[in-house]
Amino acid sequence: MPDMDSRDRIKKAKRDWEEQKLEKLLAKRPERKDKFVTGSNAEVERLYTPVDVEQLDYLEDLGFPGEYPYTRGVQPTMYRGRLWTMRQYAGFATAEESNKRYKYLLEQGQTGLSVAFDLPTQIGYDSDHPLSEGEVGKVGVAIDSLKDMEILFDGIPLDKVSTSMTINAPAAVLLAMYIAVAEKQGVTSDKLNGTIQNDILKEYIARGTYIFPTKPSMRLITDIFEYCAKHVPKWNTISISGYHIREAGSTAAQEVAFTLADGIAYVQAAINAGLEVDEFAPRLSFFFNSHNDLLEEVAKFRAARRLWAKIMKERFKAKNPRSMMLRFHTQTGGSTLTAQQPDNNIVRVAIQTLAAVLGGTQSLHTNSRDEALALPSEESVRIALRTQQIVAYESGVAETVDPLAGSYYVEAMTDRIEREAAEYIAKIDELGGAPEAIDKGYIQKEIQDSAYRYQMEIESGKRVVVGVNKFQIEEEPPKGLLKVDPRVGEMQKAKLEELRRTRDNAKVNEELEKLKKAAAGDQNLMPYILDAVRQYATLGEICGVLREVFGEYKQSVVL
Amino acid sequence: MNLQERLAAGDVRALARLLTFAENNDPEAEEVIKNLYGRTGSAYVIGITGPPGAGKSTLTDKLVKTLRARGNTVGIIAVDPTSPFTGGAILGDRIRMQELFTDPGVFIRSMGTRGHLGGLSKATQAAVRLMDIFGKDYIFIETVGVGQSEVDIVKTADTVVMVMVPGLGDDIQAIKAGIMEIGDIFAINKADLDGADRTKIEIEMMLDLNENKAWRPPVCKVVAVENSGMDILLGHIQKHRMYLSESGELVKRRTRNISNELMDLVRDRVMEFITRESGRKLPVDDLVERIVAKDMDIYSAAEYIMEAINK
Amino acid sequence: MDKPIRVLVAKPGLDGHDRGAKVIARAFRDAGMEVIYTGLRQTPEQIVETAIQEDVEVVAMSILSGAHNHLFPIVVNMLRERGADDVLVVGGGVIPDDDIPGLKEAGVAEIFTPGTPTTKAIEFIKQNVKRR
Repeated sequence: MPDMDSRDRIKKAKRDWEEQKLEKLLAKRPERKDKFVTGSNAEVERLYTPVDVEQLDYLEDLGFPGEYPYTRGVQPTMYRGRLWTMRQYAGFATAEESNKRYKYLLEQGQTGLSVAFDLPTQIGYDSDHPLSEGEVGKVGVAIDSLKDMEILFDGIPLDKVSTSMTINAPAAVLLAMYIAVAEKQGVTSDKLNGTIQNDILKEYIARGTYIFPTKPSMRLITDIFEYCAKHVPKWNTISISGYHIREAGSTAAQEVAFTLADGIAYVQAAINAGLEVDEFAPRLSFFFNSHNDLLEEVAKFRAARRLWAKIMKERFKAKNPRSMMLRFHTQTGGSTLTAQQPDNNIVRVAIQTLAAVLGGTQSLHTNSRDEALALPSEESVRIALRTQQIVAYESGVAETVDPLAGSYYVEAMTDRIEREAAEYIAKIDELGGAPEAIDKGYIQKEIQDSAYRYQMEIESGKRVVVGVNKFQIEEEPPKGLLKVDPRVGEMQKAKLEELRRTRDNAKVNEELEKLKKAAAGDQNLMPYILDAVRQYATLGEICGVLREVFGEYKQSVVL
Repeated sequence: MNLQERLAAGDVRALARLLTFAENNDPEAEEVIKNLYGRTGSAYVIGITGPPGAGKSTLTDKLVKTLRARGNTVGIIAVDPTSPFTGGAILGDRIRMQELFTDPGVFIRSMGTRGHLGGLSKATQAAVRLMDIFGKDYIFIETVGVGQSEVDIVKTADTVVMVMVPGLGDDIQAIKAGIMEIGDIFAINKADLDGADRTKIEIEMMLDLNENKAWRPPVCKVVAVENSGMDILLGHIQKHRMYLSESGELVKRRTRNISNELMDLVRDRVMEFITRESGRKLPVDDLVERIVAKDMDIYSAAEYIMEAINK
Repeated sequence: MDKPIRVLVAKPGLDGHDRGAKVIARAFRDAGMEVIYTGLRQTPEQIVETAIQEDVEVVAMSILSGAHNHLFPIVVNMLRERGADDVLVVGGGVIPDDDIPGLKEAGVAEIFTPGTPTTKAIEFIKQNVKRR
């Protein structure tokens, strides 16, 4: 940005400052550390000046919000037009319990729903499957059939509320159930607003709730893209996720790189399946982490937007601007929260909220202070929601668009993260793309190495975690934690028995047979799944059929 | 019942405990093997080796399942490198064999190389014998064919399967000499990838240069992950087994292996003796100092030690 | 080097978060132990069978899904039934303090909650393991 002449003057002036003023000071009072780094271990200089961003071209690299390359945001007015959606992830025990929590959150001012499912549901098992023992309702709500889904959304108008469902391997089934519930409310699918996470690659990488091998999983995903483009046009068909990759221990640049690499794989798969990029790309969405290092996180979000825009335009030749916009949901970093002195977590989440908002997120989930201990109590989740509301209404950061733009530090970091991420993506391309790289264990190994380094830094004291390795206190175990009723498993089993007694089992079997044949062929499976769901086939039965045809994924581990 | 009796009776825990003793150089393992030596020699030993990432564990898993379907019992020894810096190891081969864990006809043991010169060979040999005595029809030894000691243990198998992957191409020339030579069968895994045919041709060309005309190692293509080609590979293994017994090679090989092993054991014991006696009867450190000070020459020192042993 | 402690690091149940298990496995290796890691979704049967065949001295289970009260005691009991009660069983993950006394009574020697340095787990194992 500065011209050659002023650039050289600044360089010289900085040198003079360092030699004349700094050296003497440093000799007397050295800095706190030898090396200063970001939360991701990237080196941080003492001072950034216009020289650090001399390559930056405002119009080309930053531009305007809502315009390519979207560095400053995907909408022209951002939060001045509409605040981000406050969408707290919730769900536990039974559909009845969760329904109550959803109504509570909506009353308290939440503006969208986010459903957490239990592990058996996420892995396609009914609550009475042997592997479901002890797991039913623990990390989310147990959904065995359409009946449960009806209870979950009882009294919640699906034409008015947008719902995000954190479901991946069996996403097609849960989406079908959602559509069927809406039908019963008299709401046609073209009115439905929401998201399914539906990102299997990151399951293989970092989250572990996979079912089927890669090829059939990609097929299910592209089937959903195709189906929704025609029938559920307002639905975000995938939430390409970096959150879990970061939680697994990656750096900020890796979070961007591996997420976008997964995105590239999905886009390519859809194109290979015969879809036009501009048909489905506008409905792709993303999901990122919001971590402790505020400024690095803001740079990360901006870098991700710019990089994705370039990828969609140059690599995939998208023409529709909406195909190039990286829209994302954010969740504050769960793994940064501590079991020690849990109230401190409220402060951490506030900082992470700022990062996400200054980074231009479209929706946000804030973690509760008891994150490291249990699922959130009602009080804790209310505080988490209030955190978002205070930032929105009291902090001033939502009054203008992309306020940190132009900061020498933030722009330099945005460039660095974009550059690093692009290098990783090139490496992954060399390996044959994200699915290949995952098979080879490359992505997982990078993440593990970062995670291990991070842990060792904490144990050596090099990295401070307040309350854990510094400023510790003697503590009483916390009170008032949420406890999931251990009888949930029994209750669900009873419901399943009842269901199997009252439904038309002949019709169920008929639909399952049809699904099996279609799965072995290459038809779009959504209509078949919908038919099965409407007859009250259970999730486990539907996934059981698919397991038979597709087989199961075998994990790749490189330690 | 003591460990020996329990082993003979088919107690899994006894086998596991004796394997631990064998690895730790505990004499109890030797005792038991000594007493039950007559029971050894009936298991057929298959070595699975190849570069990292070739899919050896997955291949082993599928071969074992095929053998199990035919009613055979199997022992698997999976060897992974021990860190030379910390002495620890991550033994992760089991990850690819999940369904075999609860199969009562399969016993899997993971071992670290533990960085002892020759120690790995000794431990593996004992492990094979224990599994043999236990009654396993087949014993698989699975290692990464990179280090010399891993190559050595695989050489003691009856049939060695070299697992390769396509694209290894130019690297075949660079592969450690000795590894290519020990392969009795070559399996190109992940054969659905580009370059599988080219790799096959390259391996065949390399084999053409070999003098041994009696057994020409077959080169087959498999996709372990899809369980494809396993029957054919097993067929080659059976053919090799037949060739070995019909040609008398099996006896020759096992004789040679035993001869090598005997000398290794003797060498071990001599070294153990010297280390144990060092300082007391055998002033090895003193001798070394004297050699450094040129007070004695190294050859005389060696003779001195030999005489001390003989006394 | 001669006789490293053998540890099984296991992920019981459906929980897919393996960051902790992998970090602890590496830490154990760096402390000189032989670590058998069997990946995700281990049933109690698989864990016990592995522990027996590998003759491990320690079983370390990591779980973040809340199913620990159900799964840990099953593993301990199965080990006992198979005569392997000399195995040291420890656990880690998202486990509320309230549940710890119950788990200890069921036979889990120690629970390492979030924020515990790996060195603490390593020390505990070294002090309490029953060597073969």
